[in-house]
Amino acid sequence: MDLNLTAEELAFRDELRLWLASNVPKDWSEWREKPMEESYSYLRSWQRKLHEGVWAAVSWPKEYGGRSATLMEQALFWEEMARVDAPPMANSLGLGLIGPTIIACGTEAQKKRFIPKILSAEEIWCQGFSEPNAGSDLAGLQTEARLDGDHYVVNGQKVWTSYGWVGDWCELVVRTDASAAKHKGLTVLLVDMKSPGVEVRPLRQMTGESEFNELFFRDVRVPVKNVLGKVNDGWNVAVSTLMYERGSYGARLHLTFKRYITRLIELARSIQRNGKPAADDPLIRQKLAQCSAEIDIMRFNQMRAFSRITATGVPGPEGSIQKIFWSELNQRLQQVAQELLGPYGQLLADDPRAVDKGIWSYAYLRTRGNTIEAGTSEVQRNIIGHFVLGLPRSY
Amino acid sequence: MQFGLSENQEFLKESARKFFTGECPSVEMRRLMETDTAYDEALWSKLTDQGYTGIIFPEAYGGVALGKVELMLLMEEAGRALLPGPFFSTVVLAGSVLDAVGTPAQKKQYLAPICRGEARATVAILESSASWNPGQLQLNATNGRLTGVKLFVSDADVADFIVVVARNGVFVVDRKAPGLKISAMSGMDLTRKLYVAEFANTAAEEVGADADLSRPFDIATTALAAELVGGMQRTLEITVEYAKTRKQFGKPIGMFQAVQHQCADMYLETESSRSAVYYAAWALEENSPDAATAVSIAKMYSSDAARAVGNRGIQIHGGMGFTWENDLHLYYRRAKASETAFGDATFHRERIASMVIDSSNVLATKNA
Repeated sequence: MDLNLTAEELAFRDELRLWLASNVPKDWSEWREKPMEESYSYLRSWQRKLHEGVWAAVSWPKEYGGRSATLMEQALFWEEMARVDAPPMANSLGLGLIGPTIIACGTEAQKKRFIPKILSAEEIWCQGFSEPNAGSDLAGLQTEARLDGDHYVVNGQKVWTSYGWVGDWCELVVRTDASAAKHKGLTVLLVDMKSPGVEVRPLRQMTGESEFNELFFRDVRVPVKNVLGKVNDGWNVAVSTLMYERGSYGARLHLTFKRYITRLIELARSIQRNGKPAADDPLIRQKLAQCSAEIDIMRFNQMRAFSRITATGVPGPEGSIQKIFWSELNQRLQQVAQELLGPYGQLLADDPRAVDKGIWSYAYLRTRGNTIEAGTSEVQRNIIGHFVLGLPRSY
Repeated sequence: MQFGLSENQEFLKESARKFFTGECPSVEMRRLMETDTAYDEALWSKLTDQGYTGIIFPEAYGGVALGKVELMLLMEEAGRALLPGPFFSTVVLAGSVLDAVGTPAQKKQYLAPICRGEARATVAILESSASWNPGQLQLNATNGRLTGVKLFVSDADVADFIVVVARNGVFVVDRKAPGLKISAMSGMDLTRKLYVAEFANTAAEEVGADADLSRPFDIATTALAAELVGGMQRTLEITVEYAKTRKQFGKPIGMFQAVQHQCADMYLETESSRSAVYYAAWALEENSPDAATAVSIAKMYSSDAARAVGNRGIQIHGGMGFTWENDLHLYYRRAKASETAFGDATFHRERIASMVIDSSNVLATKNA
């Protein structure tokens, strides 16, 4: 056990720090409040800049435009990005999930065709996984693909598709063999979102925004060469993607949460409670300390998980711990913020009296989705129960 | 950066597990807890042979000079076995205090016999106020003599000497000193006995004036948290095994999500406590600036987690979990005793608050 950074890790971090110091845009704070549709071209050009510095996909192998960074270096990458409050990258699903899956399961032709444009944000990717009747039970999905010559013909509906409105391509899970057991008859297709028969509709969420879309496929023709991995092996292809999602997503949250708690502590000093600063109120102190400690523990858990993955080579079901931990912690943290702010906590961004331009009311509502998106807490607990503890499957 | 255990650390942890499984199985632990002191001479000499009694102390005093991470791994395994007797009191508590405050001559006199397995010892801290804040202690030494009462002194009856924390310093009192009276308190944890130590003009040797005990207390606090992690691990193992074999409605109860999700939470709480304890151990070893915060985070989280894990484990066992024969209540008892020892979660949350709220920059980390 040695938690000091190695010479390589230090060099990696310092190079990145230097690059960020002269390249990170200064006007992100103005842009971030605009609707995503407006700021998207801004985020694309930021990603292009990162790609030019070979920072867009540090985890990817060097031969595909990455840096073959270790998991620790990836964690450092996200920490440094958060430290300078860098904007997110436009193609976050392509970089974080779909690109790695194409590199792992794709043909040489597919890698050549898709990877460079994922990196440069020329082609934005979305994921077609969940369906109205296949959420937690993903393998029960019904969107079907029928072989017709050298094309598949796709019919069905997907929901909860992030970036659907801007997506050029979609990693789509479809049923290619209706007679096989439900996990066995699935295939992953790479679908051009401009194909005839694809329709994208916005899905308005409880925050009022539309981060997600519904996708409709009516007789959409997809060439056979766009099958990712093997036909009827789509479950394995899709699951490897989800493990990346659970493993890496938490890594970038630590400093975001640190920023929340730092700001809450600042607010607690200025908000009065019973005639003295809330920061001196024993109950508020207990709650802030609990959140602060859990934010640190989240990071300790992540670092231990990274070391374990580095030793074993693959992200495992332990990623479910991270998912439960960060999502439930974020909800507790936002509740503490609400308690601290009192009636002001509810004020929305357009109210002149809103604290911090309404981020707290927004975050309170938005984090409600955290324990649902990317696998519900219930599914994560099933995964731990069955795959980690060896309990019999409950379903 | 590497947050996994090194090969040597893995080896130490595995051999400790083998040792405790062989030398202190449940039946032996139960035999000892039914005795007055929970101390066993034969077991102590085996602990000594393993080098455990001198684990973190300098070789000059007969120690093995391993680090805090190694100590916490040992304590985790000791906690998993619910090791009865004065190991924590003697080695972790008295040993760390003496190592921190004693002169070389005093260490030779008091620490070396601990390392060699010849002496048992403990540290007397709490008074009737039951406050862990050293500023609130009343007992004062006058002309090398102590008069007053200490409470909740662990394993005092088998101690050869007692290290006494007084207002004006740290003192060593011989167990046989005239004017020292030890009487048993009846505590919930049957494996770690508690005593009242009454001093009536009792001779005491000063081993540290104005000594700062925060570091040895941080080591002891983390060791308690490490024991809790071991206890949680064992509670989880016993419970998962039960959930796989116990059948109701024709199915193993572990198949029901109401049970399975409780097991998943036990796993999450155990692993998160372990991460916090390992980090605190490393921070102590490295004298990292955030060591004190890390210790409080570990103790705060594992105190609450151990109680939660115990609750879930007993609940999943149903009626069986409520019986004397089942070991779970013994871990549950230890968890409660260790929760309050060296400050419960509320105490440590306030300590964390004083470090992160009252200081200016929570973003400051060692590698920043």
